[in-house]
Amino acid sequence: MENILSWIGIHQQMIYIVILMIFLGIEVIGRVPAVLHTPLMSGANAIHGVVIIGAIIVMGKADPHNYVALGSGFLAVVLGTLNVVGGFVVTDRMLEMFKKRR
Amino acid sequence: MGSVLTLCYLIASVTFIIGLKMLSNPATARKGNLIAAGGMTLAIIGTIFLYEDGGEYLHNYGWIFSGIVIGGIAGTFAARKVQMTAMPEMVSLFNGMGGACAALISIVEFGRLHAGPSLSGSFVEYPPLSALGVSHNNLHLEFGIPTGELLIILLGVIIGSVSFAGSIIAWGKLNGRIKDISFKGQHVINLGLLLLIMALAGYVLAAASRGPEVDSEHVWKSMMELINAPLTPLVRGLFYVVFVLSVGYGVLFVLPIGGADMPVVISLLNSFTGVAAACGGFLYDNKAMLTGGILVGAAGTLLTILMCRAMNRSLLNVLIGSFGGATAGATGVAEAAGGRKEQGSYKEISISDAAMVMSYAHKVMIVPGYGLAVAQAQHACHELEKLLTEKGVEVKYAIHPVAGRMPGHMNVLLAEADVSYDNLLEMEQANEQFPSTDVVVVLGANDVVNPAAKTDPSSPIYGMPILDVETAKACIVNKRSMKPGYAGIENELFFRPRTSMLFGDAKKVLQDLISEIKRI
Repeated sequence: MENILSWIGIHQQMIYIVILMIFLGIEVIGRVPAVLHTPLMSGANAIHGVVIIGAIIVMGKADPHNYVALGSGFLAVVLGTLNVVGGFVVTDRMLEMFKKRR
Repeated sequence: MGSVLTLCYLIASVTFIIGLKMLSNPATARKGNLIAAGGMTLAIIGTIFLYEDGGEYLHNYGWIFSGIVIGGIAGTFAARKVQMTAMPEMVSLFNGMGGACAALISIVEFGRLHAGPSLSGSFVEYPPLSALGVSHNNLHLEFGIPTGELLIILLGVIIGSVSFAGSIIAWGKLNGRIKDISFKGQHVINLGLLLLIMALAGYVLAAASRGPEVDSEHVWKSMMELINAPLTPLVRGLFYVVFVLSVGYGVLFVLPIGGADMPVVISLLNSFTGVAAACGGFLYDNKAMLTGGILVGAAGTLLTILMCRAMNRSLLNVLIGSFGGATAGATGVAEAAGGRKEQGSYKEISISDAAMVMSYAHKVMIVPGYGLAVAQAQHACHELEKLLTEKGVEVKYAIHPVAGRMPGHMNVLLAEADVSYDNLLEMEQANEQFPSTDVVVVLGANDVVNPAAKTDPSSPIYGMPILDVETAKACIVNKRSMKPGYAGIENELFFRPRTSMLFGDAKKVLQDLISEIKRI
């Protein structure tokens, strides 16, 4: 318990960010028209691809002789990039179609 | 250099917020997506070159760059190649990749956990070793596995793998590779599995923070062992059990859920991955990951709830997977076995009659559904609309929020065919306009126009808001056959006196209609 409390103390900044982001996330898309649901979901999908940063850090810190860590890190980088790049490209493709006519 | 990276992350976080905001407005959506992508690129490049931990930069550049190149090329290729109809699957698949990435990060970080400096710090507070002989029974050593960090790692691996496995199943279901599978007591098993995962995770957490029992006779020896391997093999093993069970839960969680719920499931898994990414943010004290992850987690959850509300279901109900599989499946089987309820007869309409009715109408409302997407008939549909408009007929589209396989699926599809935004009506607007509509043309939609949602409390879709096509003067329903829709239930609409059926593939029927109308 004490452990957890001290952890909260250390990470209080992060915890504040979490709470604010929860409200912001809800507020920001609160009035989205149904027409944009799919692109929005796809765009959000690309944004959570930010997990790639973690994958890069894991990869970059991995001991060059620890092949398990190298392999998993590498896989994580590939998957993360797929998520980011694929996500943004798909979203752009969807929105490109919306644009043409307007 | 560290402060430059901090700036990169700050800019990235702001672009995520602005991007998401702009994505929720049709006029700015595309720019918003590009802005978020720009911020992401900045954060990635910054991390590769500027990240340092204890004065040490990252290494293994070869691995990092080849990973990014492979992922980048494959991602671009897949996203460019995919057909409009397969868009939802693609999103689900990419989401699964993100979940797997988050889970992998947690697994690697778990492997690197070691007893930190807190070991000596907490030990100092205990009586000197000479006194241990007296009170060794009460000896408790605090070992340095940081509980908070382990908690985050566990959350990351659980949420990430559920999201990964669930997304892959959703992907397989949407492209028809995986069928709905449900069996008796599935809720109980799912719930039990979830509780088991939480209990095991709790045990790992408790065991790791308490540290293993220390034999006071050999305190130093035990301590040396603990420094080298702070977690017992049991605890380590259990961590991987938690991982495997989470993958299993992801599979079981999505398997029984029917197609009508797929949009909700993908949206939910999308927000799961967001939370898993945020766990990474905690691990590395990285504000960009935290902001992006939580933002998506919150926005995705709201989107999920909005969708659930549109179908009049609770999130919990979707979570324990009770819709498609259990109820609809069971009634479907019962109906097939016990003979279908007598519905009366339906009447068919010929292409030429339908063409006639439509070209002499004042107002035509098109209700698109998944059938339109499958037949790739969006262009033919737009052509029909243009043709009728030239003849002075007012043509609008009525879009049900959950038509197709994803919210907004129809909008994207019609946008591909250049259908103007202003001609798309949302459900409420459309329902107001149906009474003044002469002809409603239902193209491959079924459940979203099923009156049972209003009239039959025993129907699995009872309570879901529908498009009231019955209030229009006439209704032409295009379907390939009389087979029930995705939810597996009969549609009384087809047997109503004002309804006539126009069988055939949506694309072919539309093309025939177009040439017929041109002839009139």
